[in-house]
Parts: sequence; structure tokens; C-alpha cells
Amino acid sequence: MNKNKQKTIFTAVVLAVLLAACVVLDMILPSYHIAITVIKKATVYSLVAVSMNLLNGFTGLFSLGQAGFMLLGAYTYAVLTIPMAKKPGVYQYFDGGAIPFSVPEVFSGVLGETVGTLLGMLFCLLLGGLLAALVAYLIGLPVLRLKSDYLAIATLGFAEILRAFFQWNALGPITNGSNLLKSYPVFSKATPYVVLVGLMIAVILLLITSTYGRAFRAIRDDEVAAEAMGINLAKHKRMAFIISSFFAGIGGGMMAMYMETVAAAPFKSALTYEILLIVVIGGIGSITGSVLASFLYIFFSEWLLRGLDSGTFLGITAPGIFKNGFRMAVFSIIIMVIVLFFRKGIMGDKELPDLIDKRSRKRKKEAAE
Amino acid sequence: MQEMFPYLLNGISVGGQYALIAIGYTLVYGILRLINFAHGDVFMVAGLVMVYATSSMPFYLALPLVLAATVLLGFTIERVAYKPLRTAPRMSVMISAIGVSYLIQNLAFYLTGGVPQPVTNPIPWISENVKLLGASTKRVTLLTPVLTILLVVALVYLINNTKIGMAMRAAAKDFETAQLMGIKINRVISMTFIIGSFLAAVGSMLYFTNYPSVAITSGGMPGLKAFVAAVFGGIGSIPGAVVGAFVIGLCEEIIKGLGYTTFSDAFTFALLIVVLCVKPTGLFGEKVTDKV
Repeated sequence: MNKNKQKTIFTAVVLAVLLAACVVLDMILPSYHIAITVIKKATVYSLVAVSMNLLNGFTGLFSLGQAGFMLLGAYTYAVLTIPMAKKPGVYQYFDGGAIPFSVPEVFSGVLGETVGTLLGMLFCLLLGGLLAALVAYLIGLPVLRLKSDYLAIATLGFAEILRAFFQWNALGPITNGSNLLKSYPVFSKATPYVVLVGLMIAVILLLITSTYGRAFRAIRDDEVAAEAMGINLAKHKRMAFIISSFFAGIGGGMMAMYMETVAAAPFKSALTYEILLIVVIGGIGSITGSVLASFLYIFFSEWLLRGLDSGTFLGITAPGIFKNGFRMAVFSIIIMVIVLFFRKGIMGDKELPDLIDKRSRKRKKEAAE
Repeated sequence: MQEMFPYLLNGISVGGQYALIAIGYTLVYGILRLINFAHGDVFMVAGLVMVYATSSMPFYLALPLVLAATVLLGFTIERVAYKPLRTAPRMSVMISAIGVSYLIQNLAFYLTGGVPQPVTNPIPWISENVKLLGASTKRVTLLTPVLTILLVVALVYLINNTKIGMAMRAAAKDFETAQLMGIKINRVISMTFIIGSFLAAVGSMLYFTNYPSVAITSGGMPGLKAFVAAVFGGIGSIPGAVVGAFVIGLCEEIIKGLGYTTFSDAFTFALLIVVLCVKPTGLFGEKVTDKV
């Protein structure tokens, strides 16, 4: 059997096993179980981390605007999907809001309850992504001319502007000002998250292996050389920025689903930093790494290390030390160690299929000696 | 005009506090080409130390302690988190800075229990109320711009007329050549962080005298704004940072005075984006040409 075929089979088997595990977990565990929560949150983070990796890792554009684009996606989804009956309650300070329809209900009217709601939800996610992409296009016009850290700080600033804008009272009939948006339809099981995110990451992977992807990497490695080879810098940078923001927007919509309430407050620069650190842990330039790191990060922070916050960890009870916040303190120390001493992260720039190569390469090396 | 006066007064004061933080950014960027994302958090830690110190010991001990603790923190951050990455790509250092910021905030959350620490025992004299042209304000508002200017003059003197200042200028001009000329680059960089942290500590004490409490996120916004001020003035330039900080402080308070408080933060970032696109080198910045 040749190498490539082996790799494909290996990848397919791993993915199928993971999907099957998720379906089984969904069947045997109630939807409020911590395992389901972890899977949901981690898939959302995976998507956003991969979208950030596409920009920061593959194109070399150091952007810190991810939280802003997620905010756009989250609000688009929530605003358009709140059922009519719930609107007076949600928009209690704004006379039931300014949008006189709910997309899933409109779709249900034509296609029937189940299919209509599902399609309506997916449609709103897509709209959120498209809005984020449109805004990215507009922002990109001036901002993408900037380099490295100036770009980072400009995109960070833009995300902060968006957040202020969404909390503005004059937009209250749409965004509910600084109040919560809630009661919109969500997926309660984990499988839809895994399937959706899996599909989108597959699309990103296809993009990365295409000629566009190679152009992105050329720009990252050497802008001047890439331009000399005939790559249109402005066009490709804009494209990477827009695509990354599109997926960040969808990720934001799914984040809204996972959280079940939306407000502008969680979409701070801290969220962007968190995702950036996940990308770094996984390895800048590895999609598999970003996904793996998201799962590890969420699994550890939401589940395994919970005890560090609540008094008992690994059977040791020390309420004086293991109190609120200790988990994140330990966590950030681990992150610093990775940033300083394991700069390549978990995967470096390797992907899932490369994993089975290791053993054969070692064997080859031994043979050479 | 009469109702705007308190806002203008506040604007100058806030501007002075931003200026003290902005210098820390601009000095570090001038030499290391690094946006020190942790600088805002150093500012916040100085505020926390002040709250704890002033409530447990007399002021003549508390204030030097705040300064010393902040300087030590700035120095340690550089030695532990930035020095090992000196030959790494710039992005790695920036990521490390973001990691440090994350670490400091989480540690502070753990130590304070996540509760904003009230400033129960503000520094006397400067926290007393005074009346000026019919506007009532704390004395710190009037003291800040004066103190800022004095410190900046001292700093400019240090940079222009002392040996370490000359070394700092050389390092900012050309890192590697400075090293070849026998300048101990690590000492220069440490000095930069010490000066930056010292000024941030002074800024922090003035800033939090005007506020009821110090929260772990208190450093973020002033930090980012001070950075914008540094960029606006031309990053690497000390007078630029000071002018930029006063302009931003004033504009912000004027916007608040006109009743658009929600947008006072957004304005700063809009200004940043405009400046970066129209004149990326800022008001007083040097022109940089890209080398292949």
C-alpha cells in the first residue's frame, strides 16, 4: 500500500471514530452533562482558532480582530432567530424590538416546522458569516496596508469600536443595547456542532491546499519574493482576511448558540487573546494543532481542572489555595511555559496525516546509520 | 463653556496619566520594536499594590514600596518573558507579551478573588477637593499635568545627557551595531523597562486616586489608550507620546461632556485607525524604510 493511501485511510478512520464517539456520547448522556458542554464549546473554539490560524499562521497577517467578527456573527444569529412570541420579553425596554419577523419561523411557514427551523438557523449562521465578511472587506480597505504589529493594534481597536457600537442605546431596538439577547433556538446536542464545524474546517483545509493557499503561504514566508513571483499581494491578503472573518462570524453565531445568551461584554480583546494562545499552543500553521489545542484547552479549563477552583483537586483538599481563579492562574503559567520553551506548540506545522509518518521516518534514519 | 470646564480640567489630568503610561510603551517599542501588551497590567498591579500598601502602613513607606514593587515587576517580566526570545521572530515576542498580560490578570484575579479592591485610604492632600473657577475637583487633577511635565523633562534630560541615555539612543537607532560598540544591551533594555514601570507606577497612583476601586481589568483600557497615544505621537518619540496622550485625554473628556460617553473609547480607536492609515509614523515619528 502506498504512503498517501495509508495516510488517507488513517485520517478517515480517526475522524470516523471521533464522530461515532460523539454520537454515542450524545445518546447516552443528557445534554446538560459536562462532556457535552465541553464538546460544544471546544468545537466552536476550534472553528474560530482555525480561522485565526488561516490568517495569522498561513498568511502571516497578525490580526487581533477575531472577537469583533465573532460579535457580528453572534448578534446576527441571535437578532434574526428570536421567536416572535419571545420578543416582547427579550426587548422589554425597546417595545419588542424593531425586527418584525424571525427567520426560522418564516422558513417554517414554507417548509414545515422541523426542516424550516433547522434551515432558518443555518441560514442565519451563514448571514452572520457574510456580514462579518462584508465588514472585513470594508475594514480591510484601509487596515490591510499596515504591517505586523500596527495591523494587530488596528484590528484590536476596530473590535473595541464594534463592541461600543453594539452597546449604544440608540441601536437598542435591534441589539437590545447593553441588555441580553436570549430565548433563540439552539442545538442542544453536540453532534450538530461537530458536523457543522467539521464541514467548515474541511472547506478551510481545501482552501489551504489550493493554489490560493500556496499563495497565502508564499506571502507569509516572504512578501517581496511572493510579489516578484506574480502574486497579487493586496488581493490575496484581502481574500485571507475576508475568509477568516467569515468563519469567525459563523463561529460567533455558534458561540451564541452554545452560550444561549448574547451580550457584547464577553467579546472583549481577552477573547481574542485566549484564541490566539490556543493557536500558539496547537502550533502556528497547523489546523490539526488548533483543533487539538481547543479541545485540550476547553477540556482542562472546563472540566479536569475545575477542582483547582472549588477546594479539592486530585484528592487534596486545600480551600485556602484551591480557590476561585487558581485554575486560570495555573493555566496561564502553563501557557507561558509553552510560549517560551515549546515555541512550536503541540503539532508544529504538521497535520493529522503526518502523524503516522513519524515511525517510518525513524526507521529510515536507523537504516541510514 | 462654564459646564465644559470641569471636563477640560479632567481631560488634561487624564492626559497626563496616559502620558506617563505611554512613555513606557514608546521607550520599549523604540528599542525592542515590541508592543508591550503587559504594560497596562503592570499599571493595574501598581494600583493594587497601592491599595494594599496604603491600608496597612504609613504613606512615607507605602509610596516607595509601590514604586519599588512595580519596577521589580517590570524588570522581572523583561528578564523572564522577553529576554529568552531576543533572537526569535518579532511575533513570538508579541505573543509572549500577550501571554504575560493574560498571566498577570489571572494571577491578580486569584489573589484578589476577582473583587474590585476599593481605594479605602487614598493618598492624603492630593485627594482633597479644591475649587477652581467655580469647578470642584480633587487636587490630583491639578497636580497631574505639572508632575507629568516635570518627569518628562527629567527623562528627556536623562536620555540626552547621560551615558545610559546615550546607550538607549544608540540601541534604538541600531540594535546590533550598538551591541558591537560595546554597549551592554541587556542592561539598556532592563533600564528601559525600569523607567517605563516607574512612570507607570506614578501614573497609576495618580489615576486611582480619582477612582473608587481597582479591578483586575482596570489596566486594559488605559493601557490601550496610552498605546494609541504613543502611536499618534509617533512611536519611539517621547514628546510625541506626551502630546498624543494630552490630545487623547482632552478629546475623550470633551466627547463625554457632549453626552456621548459610549463613544469616548471608540473615538480613541477610530483615531488610531485614521492615524495609521494617513500618517503611520505619527506626529513626530521617524520615517522607516523597509529593507528587503
